Amino acid sequence: MRFTGKVYKFGNNIDTDAIIPARYLNTFDPQELARHCMEDADADFPNKVKPGDIIVAEKNFGCGSSREHAPIAIIGAGVSCVIAHSFARIFYRNAINTGLPILESPEAAEAINEGDELEVELETGRIHNLRTGEIYQAAPFPDFMQGIIAKGGLINYVKDKEQ
Amino acid sequence: MGMTISQKILAAHTNRDFIEAGELINCKLDVVLGNDVTAPVAIAEFHKLGLKKVFDQDSVVLVPDHFTPNKDIKSAEQCKIMREFAKEYSIKNYFEIGQMGIEHCLLPEKGLVGPGDLIIGADSHTCTYGALGAFATGVGSTDMAAAMATGEAWFKVPESIKFIYKGKTPRWVGGKDFILHAIGDIGVDGARYMSMEFTGEAISSLSMDNRFSMANMAIEAGAKNGIIAADDITMDYIKGRVKRPYKVYHSDPDAVYARTIEYDVSSMEPVVAFPHLPENTRPVSQATDVFIDQVVIGSCTNGRIEDLEAAASILKGHKVHSEIRVIILPGTQAIYLEAMRRGFVEIFIEAGAIVSTPTCGPCLGGHMGILAKGEKALATTNRNFVGRMGHPESEVYLCNPAVAAASAIKGKITPPWEVL
Repeated sequence: MRFTGKVYKFGNNIDTDAIIPARYLNTFDPQELARHCMEDADADFPNKVKPGDIIVAEKNFGCGSSREHAPIAIIGAGVSCVIAHSFARIFYRNAINTGLPILESPEAAEAINEGDELEVELETGRIHNLRTGEIYQAAPFPDFMQGIIAKGGLINYVKDKEQ
Repeated sequence: MGMTISQKILAAHTNRDFIEAGELINCKLDVVLGNDVTAPVAIAEFHKLGLKKVFDQDSVVLVPDHFTPNKDIKSAEQCKIMREFAKEYSIKNYFEIGQMGIEHCLLPEKGLVGPGDLIIGADSHTCTYGALGAFATGVGSTDMAAAMATGEAWFKVPESIKFIYKGKTPRWVGGKDFILHAIGDIGVDGARYMSMEFTGEAISSLSMDNRFSMANMAIEAGAKNGIIAADDITMDYIKGRVKRPYKVYHSDPDAVYARTIEYDVSSMEPVVAFPHLPENTRPVSQATDVFIDQVVIGSCTNGRIEDLEAAASILKGHKVHSEIRVIILPGTQAIYLEAMRRGFVEIFIEAGAIVSTPTCGPCLGGHMGILAKGEKALATTNRNFVGRMGHPESEVYLCNPAVAAASAIKGKITPPWEVL
């Protein structure tokens, strides 16, 4: 999977209340959640984000609640990929399980700026900054998780196993 | 090389004698939990599997606690999905309004979780049950759906940080302060992907309610789980509650830890976490210039009977400050009833506080006490992120129930000893 998109940059400890505030958790419709995606971190984000755009954040992205509404809102907003210095544990799991591509790269998170254009190759973890020409290498997923991703998420993976 | 208590529980649930940190393993689960926010998503995913039953109808627990009693039509629809699923799939442990409580207060009270259990819950504060010597961790809805189908989940075996709390615990200091102190020390990602193991003489003498508060907030340091080995205090608590077999585990003397951290509690004060992260901690005596609009006492962190007792002991004979709203939420129906029997509810109402039915409510900015722009709340809850209790420009300060009660009287953050 290869993505090209414009970067929206966020800082440390972007929590799930910032990604999708709890006041909107009375639904899990992706389009409805997308209208409020990241709004407590950047109120204008839902209006300006375009399909394929990429979120780049610093440490501990997705900390806090276990709400899967967080990756669902990001997917609903059309974001192709999230790159961070590091991810909170439950968000990392939820992203894999719901099919939101994520990559962990401290170097990329530090060097990439708001508005940069990136080309990302998920399988190899290669991140190419088209503005600066720099290339960063994220660790590819462990084999076990690649298996889940290859099946298109955890539910399909379990479905195959049950059959 | 020995194993930590967390590794031992995981090993036992994957039928292995020995496992190491970093391994990916598949484990059998004792309990799978969901609530009215997360279970509807899980149920939608579960239906994609086309199964006629869950792996074990006694091991799935469903608690409508976040936006209940239903706060609006959409929340009512979410609860209805869960209620109908529980009926269709004969889920025994579904707790309707009138029986329910805040899930992490309710499950231990009902004896649904015990020492040595492996529990996942589609709620990040599932780590609360580590207080009973169980391995309990929060997951998302898809993990919950897969677990309802298979009774299994995959885990990366975590490394552990050992926390040793030494010394005699001062008055007004408890589990909430111990955990806030640790989060302030290591930061909100200080235990990311890891186990937090709480030990030491101050833990050995800590009551169950205080232990629940501690394990509850392990997630606020990014941890996978928080755990306290079961002892006599645990056994007293589970006696007559836990009906199925359980097993007590202890870390081996030669278990390997990523870090060991020691705290001397004897000089510790109650801790207050400032906006907008639980790691922004200060001793209460350095937090006294903050004027507040609202006080919330309750939640899965501090909604148990000892928490209400601490608040009542301070509020007794006092009036809440005229410019402050005080909202008190007993964690379960049983806790509510006990608070009535002991006269706490009367004390709260006479002081000018309100007492609500059990709900997560204001803790996550759901309902029952939302903040307006610029308002400040002091709460015994677990998170003070931007917009957590309402408007993105409101603020939440975290503390223990005694500090919350004392501050309710004074209208600003106040140490308990300035009131009593």
